[in-house]
Amino acid sequence: MKIVVLVKQVPDSGAERNLRSDDSTVDRDSANNVINEMDEYAIEEALKLREAHGGEVTILTMGPERAAESIRKALSMGPDKAVHVLDDALHGSCALATSKVLAAALKTLEPDLVIAGAESTDARGQVLPHMLAERLGAAALTGARKLTVDGATLTIERQTEEGYEVVTASTPAVVSVWDTINEPRYPSFKGIMEAKKKPVQTLSLGDLGIDAGEVGFGGASTAVVEHARRPPRQGGTRVNDDGEGGVKLVEFLVSEKFV
Amino acid sequence: MAARTAPLDLLALDSLLSQEEIAMRDLVRRLVDQQVRPHVARWFEDGRTPTRDLAKQFGAVGLLGMHLQGYGCAGASAVSYGLACMELEAGDSGSRSLVSVQGSLAMYGIWAYGSEAQKQRWLPDMAVGDAIGCFGLTEPDHGSDPASMKTRAERNGDGWVLRGTKMWITNAPVADVAVVWARTDDGVRGFVVPMDSEGVTANEIHHKLSLRASSTGEIVLDEVRLPGDALLPEARGLKAPLSCLTEARYGIAWGALGAARDCLDTAIAYACEREQFGRPIAGFQLTQAKLADMAVELQKGFLLALHLGRLADSVGLRPEQVSIAKLNNVREALAIARQCRTILGANGISLEYPVLRHANNLESVLTYEGTSEIHQLVIGQELTGVSAFT
Ligand SMILES: Cc1cc2nc3c(=O)[nH]c(=O)nc-3n(C[C@H](O)[C@H](O)[C@H](O)COP(=O)(O)OP(=O)(O)OC[C@H]3O[C@@H](n4cnc5c(N)ncnc54)[C@H](O)[C@@H]3O)c2cc1C
Repeated sequence: MKIVVLVKQVPDSGAERNLRSDDSTVDRDSANNVINEMDEYAIEEALKLREAHGGEVTILTMGPERAAESIRKALSMGPDKAVHVLDDALHGSCALATSKVLAAALKTLEPDLVIAGAESTDARGQVLPHMLAERLGAAALTGARKLTVDGATLTIERQTEEGYEVVTASTPAVVSVWDTINEPRYPSFKGIMEAKKKPVQTLSLGDLGIDAGEVGFGGASTAVVEHARRPPRQGGTRVNDDGEGGVKLVEFLVSEKFV
Repeated sequence: MAARTAPLDLLALDSLLSQEEIAMRDLVRRLVDQQVRPHVARWFEDGRTPTRDLAKQFGAVGLLGMHLQGYGCAGASAVSYGLACMELEAGDSGSRSLVSVQGSLAMYGIWAYGSEAQKQRWLPDMAVGDAIGCFGLTEPDHGSDPASMKTRAERNGDGWVLRGTKMWITNAPVADVAVVWARTDDGVRGFVVPMDSEGVTANEIHHKLSLRASSTGEIVLDEVRLPGDALLPEARGLKAPLSCLTEARYGIAWGALGAARDCLDTAIAYACEREQFGRPIAGFQLTQAKLADMAVELQKGFLLALHLGRLADSVGLRPEQVSIAKLNNVREALAIARQCRTILGANGISLEYPVLRHANNLESVLTYEGTSEIHQLVIGQELTGVSAFT
């Protein structure tokens, strides 16, 4: 089975993150840039499938020069090779344009299965896997907490707020996963040393036959008009127990979908 | 308060490391943060550590015997091995001891002096943590002076009979195999002893106030009959076990810095939070003098360890060079741990903070793998040409 895992480099969600004041894109210079957390689960799922069914795992990343670090990190977990779509004109691309570029790159790789994290911690749009499936004419099995493969038949448990749905499709497909699906392995020392030697192919927009005007700020279907930091947290709600305290607490928990 | 700089970032020491070395270090840091740090205070308090589980986790990433080539070992550089030791010991000296004893003492002993069959039998299992090894040199009455050891191995037909007692042996109570050093008619020789051999008993040493998150034991060898192929064929004389110790001491020189760094990080964070006399204690000049001196020593120790690592990866190390680093870095780490303890006041004696745990652990680290005095004698002999051991 040919599997491609989408990996995005994002600013560490555990630290303070900023948007740039000049063009409102994510500030990568001041950030500690890491693999999007959910993508590690996607890599793990791909590696498990390779172990069970054989085949090949390719990492696909669109991102600036420094995303190469994340590609090496991803490769040190065990994938076979990587493709890095790198082009200055991509800066400022919207989700639609990104999906166009990634779909073009995926067509050159002809995968049976594309696995992605359900969302990235910087944009949190959750739209990309759907867009890709549409562009590729592949099945969209999104939001999985479990994936089983039986020949060309794929079955996922799609995690919902109330429980899960069972969805079945056949390859080719795009599967997006939540962090409930597995426990990603640590890279190994051997993996780290071998990652240096694994092939990483760099593709430009020209290689993919995409015009620079279709992507970047110029080709964007959305624009950030304004941005501001989230206001500091307010004091929170205080529930005074005048006999109804328990009920009020449960009502709050239900409204926040905790119970 | 303005932004703080971490002690080892003051000199931009990461700029001396390769991408690969940093990746390996970060991997061990993450492993320790997730698998050791959350539990280690409890292990220490209970005096019980899940050594087998830890060995499996360490083995899965390739930590066990990581600097050896072949037989399932990662074949990483000496510098990467050192950085790994540093991260492990930032968690606890016990976790680093597990990796030192497994990789540098037991596995290295078999790797350097074993027969091909011994290597095939043990190294791959030990590399993944399925088999745990220990290293028996010290005896109840012979520590710094192993040349006078009493444990004897006698020829018995094609095989051997071992008699004696080994003491203070890390992981003996949980080990599957011991590399045991014994006197023979042919000088000191090494033996690969499966711990389930008839006549072998391992007793846990209790009541330790140091390295409590590490198992330590006594090995009693009561007429232990071993086949002829239990002998390590290439190990002749005391220089064989001493060469294993040189490997392990190298890792300890790095490791001790990890414990010191963890203490210093803790003390700095504490000093910035804790207020007395209406201001953070970090603002007092006496506190800053302590912190500055400790940061200076920590960085000097790092540069020394890194220098040794680069030598090891290029031309190799001489034992007295390792003595310099073991002596300095453990001694300074212990001084740092104790000084940090003062900054935490009463909280400094609590297991809620890692500081006194590290300080207590470092008391063992100061003694094992050659006491400070023995390393002073090694260096002194090199300087003067005169041996002062006896
Ligand atoms: C937790 C722990 C784990 C250990 N694990 C292992 C292990 O896995 N395998 C193993 O073989 N051993 C192990 N050891 C033993 C350790 O290596 C010895 O304790 C060490 O070599 C010192 O020996 P000793 O305790 O007998 O002290 P001694 O040799 O009796 O020394 C006592 C004091 O006398 C000093 N001294 C001795 N000779 C001289 C001299 N000539 N000049 C000046 N001063 C001198 C020493 O420096 C020391 O201060 C471990 C020890 C501990 C505490």
